[in-house]
Amino acid sequence: MSTSIIYSVLLLASLGIIAAIVLYVISKKFYVYEDPLITEVEEILPAANCAGCGSPGCRSFAEKLVNTEDISDLFCPVGGNDVMKSIAELLGKEVAEKDPTVAVLLCKGSCDMRPKTTQFQGPDSCAISAMVFSGETDCQYGCLGKGDCVDACLFDAMYMDKNTGLPVIITDKCTSCGACVEACPKDIIEMRPKNKRDLKIYVGCMNEEKGGIAKKACAVACIGCSKCFDICPKDAITMENNLAYIDPYLCTLCRKCVDICPTHSIIETNFPPKKVKAIVEPLKISNDA
Amino acid sequence: MLKTFPKGGIHPPENKITSFKAIKRLPAPKTVYVPISQHIGIPSEIVVVRKEKVKIGQIIAKSGGYISSNIHSPVAGTVTKLDKFFDSSGYKKQCIVIRTDPKDQTNFESADLPLQTEIKLSAKEILQHITDFGIVGLGGATFPSHVKLNVKKDNNIDCLIINGVECEPYLTADHRLMLEKAEEIVVGIKILMFALHINKAIIGIENNKKNAIENFKELTNNDDKIHVAAVRVKYPQGSEKQLIRALLKREVPKNGLPIDVGVIVHNVGTIFAIYQAVQHNIPLTERVVTVTGKKIKNPANFWVRIGTPIIDLINEVGGLPEGTRKIVNGGPMMGKAIKNTDVPITKGTSGILVISEDEAERRKAKNCIRCGECVFVCPMGLEPHLLMNLTEKRLYEKAYNEDIMTCIECGSCSYVCPSHRPLLDYIRFGKSIIKNLEIIKV
Amino acid sequence: MSKEPIIISASPHVHSDRTSKKLMYDVVIALVPAFLVSIYVFGIGALIVTSVAVISCLLFEYLIQKFLLRTDVTISDGSALITGILLAFNLPSNLPIWMIIVGSLVAIGIAKMSFGGLGFNIFNPALVGRVFLLISFPVQMTMWPTAFENQIKIADAVTGATPLGVIKEGLQFGETMTDLSTKIPSNIDMLFGFTGGSLGEMSVIALLIGGLFLILRKVITWHIPVIMLLTIALMTGIFWMINPEQYANPLIHLLSGGAVIGAFFMATDLVTSPMTKKGMVIFALGIGLITVVIRLFGAYPEGVSFAILIMNAFVPLINKFFKPRRFGSRIKSTII
Repeated sequence: MSTSIIYSVLLLASLGIIAAIVLYVISKKFYVYEDPLITEVEEILPAANCAGCGSPGCRSFAEKLVNTEDISDLFCPVGGNDVMKSIAELLGKEVAEKDPTVAVLLCKGSCDMRPKTTQFQGPDSCAISAMVFSGETDCQYGCLGKGDCVDACLFDAMYMDKNTGLPVIITDKCTSCGACVEACPKDIIEMRPKNKRDLKIYVGCMNEEKGGIAKKACAVACIGCSKCFDICPKDAITMENNLAYIDPYLCTLCRKCVDICPTHSIIETNFPPKKVKAIVEPLKISNDA
Repeated sequence: MLKTFPKGGIHPPENKITSFKAIKRLPAPKTVYVPISQHIGIPSEIVVVRKEKVKIGQIIAKSGGYISSNIHSPVAGTVTKLDKFFDSSGYKKQCIVIRTDPKDQTNFESADLPLQTEIKLSAKEILQHITDFGIVGLGGATFPSHVKLNVKKDNNIDCLIINGVECEPYLTADHRLMLEKAEEIVVGIKILMFALHINKAIIGIENNKKNAIENFKELTNNDDKIHVAAVRVKYPQGSEKQLIRALLKREVPKNGLPIDVGVIVHNVGTIFAIYQAVQHNIPLTERVVTVTGKKIKNPANFWVRIGTPIIDLINEVGGLPEGTRKIVNGGPMMGKAIKNTDVPITKGTSGILVISEDEAERRKAKNCIRCGECVFVCPMGLEPHLLMNLTEKRLYEKAYNEDIMTCIECGSCSYVCPSHRPLLDYIRFGKSIIKNLEIIKV
Repeated sequence: MSKEPIIISASPHVHSDRTSKKLMYDVVIALVPAFLVSIYVFGIGALIVTSVAVISCLLFEYLIQKFLLRTDVTISDGSALITGILLAFNLPSNLPIWMIIVGSLVAIGIAKMSFGGLGFNIFNPALVGRVFLLISFPVQMTMWPTAFENQIKIADAVTGATPLGVIKEGLQFGETMTDLSTKIPSNIDMLFGFTGGSLGEMSVIALLIGGLFLILRKVITWHIPVIMLLTIALMTGIFWMINPEQYANPLIHLLSGGAVIGAFFMATDLVTSPMTKKGMVIFALGIGLITVVIRLFGAYPEGVSFAILIMNAFVPLINKFFKPRRFGSRIKSTII
């Protein structure tokens, strides 16, 4: 009895010793030197592995940060300025400060504003749908509504609104990694600065057609009338291809363009409601539609 | 036993309801919408301006590069607009809109010219004519013909294949053309053989067009250089690679072209267009289009000017039937569903197919039951179920290694799948992604 | 223009009439002759076993899809129905009902749904259920009611061994094939199925009719059944020629046991068989070889179900290595 115990203890112990020796030898022999800084940097990074920085994952981005001399054009959109600052302190390098951005959808063409004239049948994917044709509506620039951006979002910051047929971005959760921008075949998602209290003004339309055609396809299309361009006190609005674009860095959020837009295609977010406008707007839209 | 390609293929119901309808010539439409990208390659460059008067056959858009083609005015009239309109790609594309001049007699002259058998031009001039007169492949791919005919000496071309297979169900445009313009086509073949110094030509025709086969056999009776070959009725027999395999037992290598095995393939429609261009100096401004569908009142074949809106043709055959749910530009297997009836006919439109509601709906995709049917029917020896899976999971590199790029998009896999899976949709998507990734090196 | 909007979809715009549902019900139709024979031979027991297996398979699939996975319920597609019938066909006609239900649960719950449902299972569900029962309840699973004596009895059936069981046992006790040939039914009886055994596996002729129907309807191809049966015949034939006293002749091996039902209905299961013709040949060869090895040298008298399950496990590998020949695959291209 006791011999069997001794034997098994001896056997296990010797097995353990052999394994330990093998492991030791291998770890010595195949040792690869790695800068310990990389691991430290990686620990600071958000570990989302979203590829928003351009590197395939946080680890490779950390390697890039450590190994590159000038890291001022590298930026982790998820971590933002805080993370980049602490990395800069750790590495003793300079980083650029960027305004935090969020994704916004440049399309207001909900189901009732932009009637569907055709029906797509096939896999539920914007990219595949975009290969077959321009979209179920007459607007060939707007949202296809199949939710590729929602599928691409790793942070649950997007969902499809069933009533409007458009994706909705939850600004608080958006890390501005840019996955949705990549996924969208129509390029209608833009990264815009978050500003204070998430106040944003932007044109919710990408339709480059002439006013009449755009308006026929979608009640809230930008018709290229230039009214906003004329009224803007800061010259923040440019007109190109029958389309207005508001430069977020020049815009002072005065909201003049929002009021003047005849098709209500300019979107303002998180502003306190104007009393008069709140009554007028729904009426006007229902007339248009 | 008739010749065919060895692996795969399907036999969908033929439904060639218009094969006994002679090709009718339509009066010139009131307005034509001529897209500037009717061919594979670079879009042409517009050389007319608004309000300019154009004559029939005048160049309105010049070739934009090597793989590109001239576009000629199909009518005499006035350019009214240069704007974007929906074409068969489902997107708005730049078009030249020409209003037909009702007083100009050239719009109403018959284009049926007397047969001219004597070849007067030199080989170089022939090729120049083909380039200048905007000839592109009329089988559907619309590849500029002069590129295909640009043969280098070390290619050793020994055979010209004339593709009269028309394996797509419903379509009869090539069939009627082969019956009505057989003599012209034979002259066209001789022109090409002369220009390229080829001593052998084979006309491949599917066995369901017996009258066309007989017709050509009689015409080429005394000619030991031109052969007529009946091939088995099997889709996609009309695909270049499959037809070469069937007729010559040569296999075009992966990522290769027919030229690599010493063959040039041209569609009968293209041959006729070449005849017109070389012998009569007529540019490619019209083509045969089959307008068909099970519910259409008088399905027919027409000589149609490029740029004619589809609605004109549909009105000609008795209007859109009640319950139309899908209009297809091309045949049912490879054609494109179009958004509205204002889409113009282009050089590549071989038919307009109107599908009613009972057949238009796609059936709901179910789980793959791994029956292997898609593998059995794939003429390229691919595994469509695997390619779809890989594309769905974004494993494009693996899909590339499974030869996704050799897919000819014939649609046989989607046709047979008992679970109605969108196999070809995903394969096509994967192909486009891989093309954009530019990771391929031959 | 109609009120409904125009449909846009990618080509092709036509579709063949074959649907997976039709394929499944073709298989069900093909199983009917064997079912009729089993009722004729085993009477009410056959009816009870089959209906219990079918109902419990459908029920388990419904319950799992509805409450566990919360996906669309697809019991009408016929695949669970086939699993139920095939499971029943592999059971003796006097098996206690609760065992059938357990077998169905294993077949549907473990072998099919836990892999992801129809199309994702690696192993043939009916066979997994059967093998599970065979290993768990070896006594009940090898008490085969004899033919024609139990048509109205359910309990206390007169039982006996199958021809293969008789041979296996006899050979182990040193008897020779000449002695044993008097103890097993005649070849004609085995052809028509008038012998003891699992419900549906005995009547070779009824199964052949069903199998031919499937081949004619192009649900299955001839490759798997023909090659599998040929391999069994060839292998057993070689051993029989070496020593006819120790090894049964190939005819007995083909006519008895699950060879025919396995070849036409189990091995050809679309989901768990290879997808290329080359692969099918390899697959069928493997099944034939393993069957013969188990039957001649293993502990069990019957080996078809084990052989099929073992080869099922190889199907992904077979699919990987026996690909169809790519068109124009002489010149290789590389990816960088």
